[in-house]
Amino acid sequence: MTGVAELTRPVETVPVEPEAPRRRRRFVGVAQSKVLLVLAIPALLFYGFAVVVPAIRGGVLAFTNWDGLSQTYDFIGIQNFVRIFTTDSSLDALRMTLVFALAVTVLQNLFGLLLALGVNSGLKSQNFLRVLFFAPVVITPVVVSYLWKFLLTPDGAVNTVLAAIGLGDIAPSWLGDPFWAATSVVMMIVWQHAGFSMVIYLAGLQSIPPELNEAAAVDGAGAWRRFWSVTWPLLAPATAINLMLTIIGGLKMFTEVFVLTGGGPGGSTETLSTLLYKSAFQFSEFGYGIALALVLAVVVVIFSVAQQRMSKRGNN
Amino acid sequence: MFRYSKGTFAREVLMMCIALVFVFPLYVLVNMSLRPANDASSPLVPASQPTFDNFIQAWTQAGLGSALLNSAIVTVTSVVLIVAISSMAAYPLARVTSKLSTTMFWIVLVGMMIPFQVALIPLYQTMRDLGLLGSLASLILFYTGSQVPFSIFLYTGFLRTLDRDYEEAAALDGAGTFRTFTSVVFPLLRPITGTVIILNAITVWNDFLVPLLYLSGTPQQTVTVALYAFVGQFVSNWPVVFAGLVITVIPVLLAYFLMQKQIIKGFAGGLKG
Repeated sequence: MTGVAELTRPVETVPVEPEAPRRRRRFVGVAQSKVLLVLAIPALLFYGFAVVVPAIRGGVLAFTNWDGLSQTYDFIGIQNFVRIFTTDSSLDALRMTLVFALAVTVLQNLFGLLLALGVNSGLKSQNFLRVLFFAPVVITPVVVSYLWKFLLTPDGAVNTVLAAIGLGDIAPSWLGDPFWAATSVVMMIVWQHAGFSMVIYLAGLQSIPPELNEAAAVDGAGAWRRFWSVTWPLLAPATAINLMLTIIGGLKMFTEVFVLTGGGPGGSTETLSTLLYKSAFQFSEFGYGIALALVLAVVVVIFSVAQQRMSKRGNN
Repeated sequence: MFRYSKGTFAREVLMMCIALVFVFPLYVLVNMSLRPANDASSPLVPASQPTFDNFIQAWTQAGLGSALLNSAIVTVTSVVLIVAISSMAAYPLARVTSKLSTTMFWIVLVGMMIPFQVALIPLYQTMRDLGLLGSLASLILFYTGSQVPFSIFLYTGFLRTLDRDYEEAAALDGAGTFRTFTSVVFPLLRPITGTVIILNAITVWNDFLVPLLYLSGTPQQTVTVALYAFVGQFVSNWPVVFAGLVITVIPVLLAYFLMQKQIIKGFAGGLKG
């Protein structure tokens, strides 16, 4: 949490003498008054209305067969959950969710790190490149998904390029084949969000004092050695944040799959997010949809906690 | 520490090649939007007879004007509310060291982990019962509530590094709690407020799932849902579709290029927490 502050605090704020005794301790005044907590009430009301109360109700409704319309519903115990873990379609969606999250996490971080190293190595074009690589991050995912849907049509731009460089024969049916459809989703996500990871790695790179690399260079360490022994360990905080954001983002991803492949071909790219949307709003199985959402929530929490533990251990 | 050597030049060329691959989809986007519907040449060839007809057709038939306005209303209102209530809440949560305060803080933090889909479906029913489905208010309520945890997290992290002297001086001068907040604390939060605005604006403007659920079947649409409906209608006429996509991307990219320095810094700074 200190990182936020360090990077964004105004430069002119000079910290007080570190060891100055706090003589004002007896002055309770504004800063310690419990009355202050009143200021938190509006935020808690909005948060309670939009998240806490519905999430608790969701926890109850997941054990019912509610169809979303009727005034009544029956409690059916853990049937929804049994169905999730015994039906092929939902098990496939769970598996695909994990595959997407893993692939996106690895590739987006790898690519983001390479871009960050590239635009932090004294190039004349580096400011221009930074702005360019980040641009897709701000473009609406719906637009990106439609754009790629066109790029990847059989006679689309990507296959045209492949044909032009003599690779027309190996051009796959991008969105028609289960493997390539999943690959397309991952490629598109990496294209859109690599700049996001790049910016965080860049902030990490710029917080490394140049003297460390210079000292290593004087000691005769080559570029590769300097990267592994100096840069990479010092990038640990940036890596931890990037990992957490890409894992969570990859697990929850909805728009990209929904628009680009619609879960197809033949349900091969269906994820928990798209399946829960379809169950609740297309098949009127709200109870089942919410149960799927809860499973997704549990998966996200498990991965966030595991990731935080690992990065804490890495820091020690 | 960097000398401009042959190696640097090689890296420069390599990065430029990557940049070309990167820009390629955007080139196709603009190029396609400019060509007549019957132009069947390769998507890579620059439009031989560029036309703006697609833009006119997309603008009049997709209802993009009102959709852009709706998106703007939802984004601005939500972001203003988020900034106001999150900064206000973060002040006591960062300053008061009581059990109640710590508990409140943890309740808020848990919200950062819950995928919003969990709340989304049950909330659908509440919105319906309140007669809010199909209204922009339903979106504003949802975004404000669900974005509060992350924003409070950013604000408290920043506040903890600020010294209390200003606040205590204000209190000694007789300023009340609220007055201290508005005239002393909030102005000090300015750098992190920029980050909170940018992160939330991008999230709210780009969201697709929530308006798809809460506005479906009504004439009120945000940009993302209007595009979804529009593409479904014109699926075979790619030039018109692309013109629609370009129209909606322009305001976002314009805002980005005008403020890219703050945005890129804000992203990196705000997320390093």
